[in-house]
Amino acid sequence: MNEMTRNERESSEERKLELRLAPPGVENWFNTSNNNKQRAYDYDYDYESKLSLGNFLHFPSNKAIVVKGKESSSSQTCCPKSVELQNGDNKVTAVSNTSQKRTAPGPVVGWPPIRSFRKNLATSSNSKPSPPESHTQQHNKVAGKKPIDNFGKGLFVKINMDGVPIGRKVDLNAYDSYQNLSSAVDELFRGLLKAQRDSSSCGGNKEEEKVISGLLDGSGEYTLVYEDNEGDRMLVGDVPWHMFVSTVKRLRVLKSTELSAFTLGTKQDKIPT
Amino acid sequence: MNYFPDEVIEHVFDYVVSHSDRNSLSLVCKSWYRIERFTRQRVFIGNCYSISPERLVERFPDLKSLTLKGKPHFADFSLVPHGWGGFVYPWIEALAKSKVGLEELRLKRMVVSDESLELLSRSFMNFKSLVLVSCEGFTTDGLAAVAANCRSLRELDLQENEVEDHKGQWLSCFPENCTSLVSLNFACLKGEINIGALERLVARSPNLKSLRLNRSVPVDALQRILMRAPQLMDLGIGSFFHDLNSDAYAKLRTTILKCTSITSLSGFLEVAPFSLAAMYPICQNLTSLNLSYAAGIQGSELIKLIRHCGKLQRLWIMDCIGDKGLGVVATACKDLQELRVFPSAPFGNQGAVTEKGLVAISMGCRKLHSLLYFCHQMTNAALITVAKNCPNFIRFRLCILDATKPDPDTMQPLDEGFGAIVQSCKQLRRLSLSGQLTDQVFLYIGMYAEQLEMLSIAFAGETDKGMLYVLNGCKKLRKLEIRDCPFGDTALLTDIGKYETMRSLWMSSCEVTVGACKTLAKKMPSLNVEIFGEGEQADCYVEDGQRVEKMYLYRTVAGKREDAPEYVWTL
Repeated sequence: MNEMTRNERESSEERKLELRLAPPGVENWFNTSNNNKQRAYDYDYDYESKLSLGNFLHFPSNKAIVVKGKESSSSQTCCPKSVELQNGDNKVTAVSNTSQKRTAPGPVVGWPPIRSFRKNLATSSNSKPSPPESHTQQHNKVAGKKPIDNFGKGLFVKINMDGVPIGRKVDLNAYDSYQNLSSAVDELFRGLLKAQRDSSSCGGNKEEEKVISGLLDGSGEYTLVYEDNEGDRMLVGDVPWHMFVSTVKRLRVLKSTELSAFTLGTKQDKIPT
Repeated sequence: MNYFPDEVIEHVFDYVVSHSDRNSLSLVCKSWYRIERFTRQRVFIGNCYSISPERLVERFPDLKSLTLKGKPHFADFSLVPHGWGGFVYPWIEALAKSKVGLEELRLKRMVVSDESLELLSRSFMNFKSLVLVSCEGFTTDGLAAVAANCRSLRELDLQENEVEDHKGQWLSCFPENCTSLVSLNFACLKGEINIGALERLVARSPNLKSLRLNRSVPVDALQRILMRAPQLMDLGIGSFFHDLNSDAYAKLRTTILKCTSITSLSGFLEVAPFSLAAMYPICQNLTSLNLSYAAGIQGSELIKLIRHCGKLQRLWIMDCIGDKGLGVVATACKDLQELRVFPSAPFGNQGAVTEKGLVAISMGCRKLHSLLYFCHQMTNAALITVAKNCPNFIRFRLCILDATKPDPDTMQPLDEGFGAIVQSCKQLRRLSLSGQLTDQVFLYIGMYAEQLEMLSIAFAGETDKGMLYVLNGCKKLRKLEIRDCPFGDTALLTDIGKYETMRSLWMSSCEVTVGACKTLAKKMPSLNVEIFGEGEQADCYVEDGQRVEKMYLYRTVAGKREDAPEYVWTL
């Protein structure tokens, strides 16, 4: 693959952006002889923590997976979206033609092959029978609108950020820790926040994108809070992750300076949309 | 045989039971065909679109039991868009019109409406058994109709269906004089039920052998039910969530001691930690244990429980049992024949199974013949060992969660490992592959898998040759399902006659084009070739050179089906 010239690679990338769902250079793809760079995956993975959704990304459906190594930054110009896989150690970039679909690291439809019945189990076990609303995804009877399946049923919650008028949605089942969620929030809003700043400064001062950090410990410019199933607004991070996932209804990224101004923990204060 | 009167031949035919044998009988000669069709009581139709209901009813007027399967297997994994088909209503309508005395209906992956259930319940006086597996489209209102109207109902078995729960009183609809129930399974229902009605129903069903509850049945009710039904052989516990110090739990522990007939245990949709100890007394009798819905059980508890289950033949669990736990299974369960290990939730992070667990199982459980194994990795060496230890596999389904992962020790594809499996397991009928695989594995499959009937392939292969090895080699192949593989038009079109010998072929996200599908459809009028995308309009496929997102073809004598939605294009 890396023997191709840049132009060849670019046009082959374009070819791959068609309705193709096979890995690139399929004939050579399993040529595992010497060229480590042909491998699409880095095998230094720590396999204990593999159950997070990010790991289901490692195969090529809907994405042209390309080993880029040090060239990962340059790959972004020829492909619409480049997604870093979650594990910090790995050197792989999954490049996906996601111009039509906006995705966080998205799972492949129908993989692993288990019935949707099983996927809903873990989210509803050890708790009172879930309210009917949480099952509407499964009971959507409108033709053709059955939601794309996610392993773990896809727990999408709204997330809004101070200063950004348009909210996002984030799939909490894609993360297994507060740290991962925090990084995802940073990624989701970094660009939007910059756009807001640029537009408000009359386009003159194009700053660098600033990393949104310190969301969980109060040390950053912003702090992550959530609204729980009782309508109360809570600081993110106090309870074990799985407990958080089972009670969170929506998220908000507040300016840390405004934190004390809100009445945390009362039902009356609905998070403004 | 021609000199025997029909009655004698009929009598002989009574001993011929299996579907394939009966089918063979009917092909011998005209008179055997005639006799066979009038005495046939059980019919199995693997693809509901392969024949029309009217034709079925016409040929087998004495039909008592019908099994129907609808959607392709990959519909289980959301690969078939909503509304594709598989409607049971026309079948029930045709059967009702014909005055067939239907007694049993078993459906898998079909769309079942409340109307069809109501029609069913009113049309067949002797109706005894309804089994629905992975179906959808009905609500508890339909169940109420079945309960109310089927006077001789013996079996109502709902497995993993999507049921809209109106939280009505469907259980109360069983009339007071209904005492014939043998099997009741409503574990997949999500809503509340009338506990009192359930207890009264159990009390007046002396023949009840199998009862699987949903999560709305609390522990105290469970205890009372078990008191009334000590004859139960198959128990599915819905909720096992309770205070370990409570009286209810203490009572339950005592009651369970009486349940000496229970040989099959499942459920535990909700479970309190450390509560499984209550089950230890009956573990030694268990031949079947299904804890694959019990996301709340820790691996260590699972292991403790299984140590008591020396007679297990079938075990379905989650991978939180870990490799070590599978080692315990291998030591404790020497009679194990079927094992399924399902993946835990992604945010569980609880432990995982790898090739080590499978090897351990193969060393201890030599009678193993059916396997479904979700794991994080697999090696060729492990598969070769397993193949040597367990040559009796009939079903071997391996799912490596990272679908194209090679052997982590050697970085090689898993061709050799699967090759060893097909070479050693001469009775293998069903195989699912995963991991990094080249064309080589298909060469092995074509060469050695002589009994193979069903093959599932995902993210594997390199060229069309892979698929051709399989089509050419596996003479008994009935179902082939392929997703995300680089197989294209050449593979599809080289041996089109093969598809008439198979039930169906599924190819999605492969390299097959519209033009090739059209060619195939034109040359083979006995096949229905359907192409569709993600619920898009059918006329988006204009160019012949365009790749097909999803193709499903099947042999049929019913012609093109009338009930296909707009987005399905039958060529």
